[in-house]
Amino acid sequence: MSDILVNIDGVECKAKEGEFVLNIARANDIFIPALCYLSNCSPTLACRLCLVEVDGKRAYSCNAKAKDGMSIITKNEEIEKERKAIMEIYDVNHPLECGVCDQSGECELQNYTMEMEIDSQSHSIADMPRPATDWGKIHYDPSLCIVCERCVTVCKDMIGESALKTVKRGGPELDKEWKEKTPKDAYAMWNKLQKSIIGVASGADTLECTMCGECSSVCPVGALVSSDFQYKANAWELKKIPAANPHSSDCSLIYYDVRHDNVTNSNDKIFRVSNDYSFGPIHGGARYGYDFENVVEGKDEEAFEKVINTIKTKVDTIEFNSFITNEEALILQKLKDKYGYKLVNDDAYAYKKFLDNFASTSGENLYSGDLKSVQKSNFVISVGTAIKTDSPNAGYAFNNALSMNKGAGLYFHPVADPIVDGYSKNLLSLNHKVGAEEAVLYLILDIFGKNLPIETADYLKSFHTTCKQTVGEGEEAKEIEVDENSLFEILGIDDFSEKLPKLLAKKDSFSLIAGEDLYNHSKSKNLAKLLGLIQKYTDFSVVIIPSQTNTLGVSIICDLNKNRGEFTLGYNVKADVTLSALGKGDLDMPALNQQEGTFTSMNKRVVPTNAALPYNGYCLNDIANELGFDAEFTIDYTAELPTRRGFKAVAFDSLPNEFTRAGVENRGYLLSSKIVTCKDEVDEISETKAMNSPLYLANPVQQFSAFTNRAHQLNEAGSLYASSEFLEKRELKSGDMVVVEGSGGVKLTLRVEVDLMISGDIPYLPTFDTKLNAKQFFPNGYRFADVSIKGVK
Amino acid sequence: MSLEQFSKRDVAPGYIFYNAEERPQSGWEFFKRGFSRAIKGELLVGLKIVLVEMFKRGNTHTVSYPQEKLAIGPRYRAIHKLLRLQESGSDRCIGCGLCEKICISNCIRIETKLDKNSRKEVSQYTINFGRCIFCGYCAEVCPELAIVHSSDYENASEQRAHYGLREDMLTPLDEFKANKQQEFPGFGALSDDADSFVKKTPLAY
Ligand code: SF4
Ligand code: SF4
Ligand code: SF4
Ligand code: SF4
Ligand code: FES
Repeated sequence: MSDILVNIDGVECKAKEGEFVLNIARANDIFIPALCYLSNCSPTLACRLCLVEVDGKRAYSCNAKAKDGMSIITKNEEIEKERKAIMEIYDVNHPLECGVCDQSGECELQNYTMEMEIDSQSHSIADMPRPATDWGKIHYDPSLCIVCERCVTVCKDMIGESALKTVKRGGPELDKEWKEKTPKDAYAMWNKLQKSIIGVASGADTLECTMCGECSSVCPVGALVSSDFQYKANAWELKKIPAANPHSSDCSLIYYDVRHDNVTNSNDKIFRVSNDYSFGPIHGGARYGYDFENVVEGKDEEAFEKVINTIKTKVDTIEFNSFITNEEALILQKLKDKYGYKLVNDDAYAYKKFLDNFASTSGENLYSGDLKSVQKSNFVISVGTAIKTDSPNAGYAFNNALSMNKGAGLYFHPVADPIVDGYSKNLLSLNHKVGAEEAVLYLILDIFGKNLPIETADYLKSFHTTCKQTVGEGEEAKEIEVDENSLFEILGIDDFSEKLPKLLAKKDSFSLIAGEDLYNHSKSKNLAKLLGLIQKYTDFSVVIIPSQTNTLGVSIICDLNKNRGEFTLGYNVKADVTLSALGKGDLDMPALNQQEGTFTSMNKRVVPTNAALPYNGYCLNDIANELGFDAEFTIDYTAELPTRRGFKAVAFDSLPNEFTRAGVENRGYLLSSKIVTCKDEVDEISETKAMNSPLYLANPVQQFSAFTNRAHQLNEAGSLYASSEFLEKRELKSGDMVVVEGSGGVKLTLRVEVDLMISGDIPYLPTFDTKLNAKQFFPNGYRFADVSIKGVK
Repeated sequence: MSLEQFSKRDVAPGYIFYNAEERPQSGWEFFKRGFSRAIKGELLVGLKIVLVEMFKRGNTHTVSYPQEKLAIGPRYRAIHKLLRLQESGSDRCIGCGLCEKICISNCIRIETKLDKNSRKEVSQYTINFGRCIFCGYCAEVCPELAIVHSSDYENASEQRAHYGLREDMLTPLDEFKANKQQEFPGFGALSDDADSFVKKTPLAY
């Protein structure tokens, strides 16, 4: 794609060949009305408002591709007539209920009706009853729906689920007489509008999807809204607080919409989370898991003093997880530097070791890709992550690449996932044996490696054998030589080499997503090195998903220890003395929606997040100040983040947090990477012990940690989650009690619940419910364990 | 969006700084200011006017309130009322929040929720009369003619903050049933020629 020039309304605009005219106009601040087009999704041509004149001919700017020297006129008399008629028609039978509608104030139908100065109606058609329905967390009111199909499009092209579709509306047909009386495009739009309405694709009464809520976010009118938010507040009362998703490492841009709580309570309350759907989709955990704040009355001086005393006299270890900001991580590191505490964080420790080993073969301390590069590529592989639940945003990027770039992909994971399978028919789901990830990475090197080091190339050759096969029948029977790759056998999957040429046809940009299963794998060292080789010797850009919100930041800022000392101070982790934002410790701490600071996202970007709610108690900075540091606010440390490790000395208040009109992520700054010395040394594949009855450690959709589970819309008790196949085979029903028994005699009795979004024979235990203590089955942090599961009579 | 508002950490959001005349710093400066104000003679000028008016004859413009009360014009803007729908008797207010938004003294607050019949219910409506300046904007903006002014101007209170609640302002049911609810002809009411502005919408029935 080369740079070209197009002329829009007399303004010369730089663009890329083939870019949509609408996007070029938007990037250059030229307004073209458009209702149905969504950035990064395919144009549906439902609204026809974006009508323009390209070199004298009518075209729709949302699907007109730019060519060099094009000249575009965005409005003339004829176009305006069409647009006015279109808006008038959208208003036909639209209920006059802006006064109560949740979208009022940010409704695009309202806005465009005003913009086009529609003050009378000349069209009419009989209405029909269109009753509203509740689809779980989402409420659909078809009488407000203008069938722009944005919800359908985003669900298919971005989220990857195709959970919604247009269905037959029924009701009166459009009379032919309107054809003469109405401008051409307006008539065509109306004709289509009158025929359909939105429905659940499966035909069921309610939506069985991952409930990301992105469809309700993109809906231009009040047809799709959050059931919980319905009729609670008006758009203009809500103050938008820009922040970053606190629950997972995508750290997407979100806005906490806050307002005073109610008539008698003037304290702020978060009413919902919104996002910039044009460029940054968010998942259900981020959207619905917003009210996890820790409310305290005031400063508990007694508890504070006690904790400070204990720190001064007994504590030699600080244990924490990665749901903290960069600044807090720096405070902990400074405490370590000054007083020699051990810093223990199992999650970041494993990740850091993984990155170090990765660097030892790739030659760079950071991985090369990010979600944008995944989104832009046309061949994507995912290894070692249950992508739908571990990192939904990586899944969205994966799906978006498949659907928008005519892409293809491979999904390697032991747990079968029908949602991921549904991304595209050009996606091969490969449910390999538990623990065989080394073979997966070798297979990728084997297929895609270029100029591999000789030892590796030789080792890979050793898996190939040539055998003879007879093809055809009777007279035409021929004997040919076929190559057999025993890596497939090690993986326990069918040989897909025959399908590869088709999948790889016309592919030129490649991305690989690697995830959490690998970091605590018994062969994690070798896996990391193999990934390094892939980054170095193939065309793949690699993304290594940080397992918790700020795992990447913590692993860079803190020098972590493996072992605990005698007496441990836990920060959001239960220990001898505990600081907790979950409200269960010796001293309360602010939750992430009550703190300002920065996270380091999986896009290797340091992004700011602002406090949505006030916090009246003590925070980590107060403790540090008591221990001899001096900073008024936690964010005073932002500019002190270690520059020699890739951060920049930029003050918090000068960090931007937005997407530009052209969709550029203007948020914080990018971490810089460093070149390190490397060697091409990797180990051979080691034997993995087969598991009889593997159990996986993962969370169900929307849940990420105890913090998401604190939110009122997501609060639930954890269970053992299993596919319906699993339950049927063992004659269990959803809701039955089961005993899970692991090695070393650990035992847990709990409910089993069916999860329709997985299949196969591997159930999973969640971590979001702290009452369950799932980790006891996974002592080394490796996400698979061999257990026995029996029903309780 | 501008993030500047989030960088002022010492004051509440939306705080406006006012640069007033500088305060005198020393005793001498205080004296100078006091002296210059005193010799201007403003105090005496005022006193003179009051005294002259006091002794003039046939000069009474006031009534002996509270024994005597003046008639108030129907468009006078005093304490608010919430009206009921003529047909059903239920609240006219639909909870659109426009009055809350437009109120320049920020003294209206409403609470809405989803009711059992999937409609928007106004569960509370309050006006802080201690702050209200009776500008009538709320009555003007209300699309339902729900919030209006009454002529009830006797609103003395022991406290500065004095909240009127929904139940205080809503037309009492007995009064409503006795057909005593009156329309408000002031701000926000339909003009006499309102009908002539209506453009008819074609209907397909
Ligand atoms: S969808 Fe928009 S136009 Fe329709 S009632 Fe709601 S605010 Fe009004
Ligand atoms: S529900 Fe909303 S997004 Fe979906 S078609 Fe209707 S108006 Fe468009
Ligand atoms: S909630 Fe998300 S997955 Fe479900 S229908 Fe809407 S967009 Fe699709
Ligand atoms: S403007 Fe009228 S209808 Fe709207 S909330 Fe206020 S009183 Fe109710
Ligand atoms: S935006 Fe182009 S047709 Fe709707």
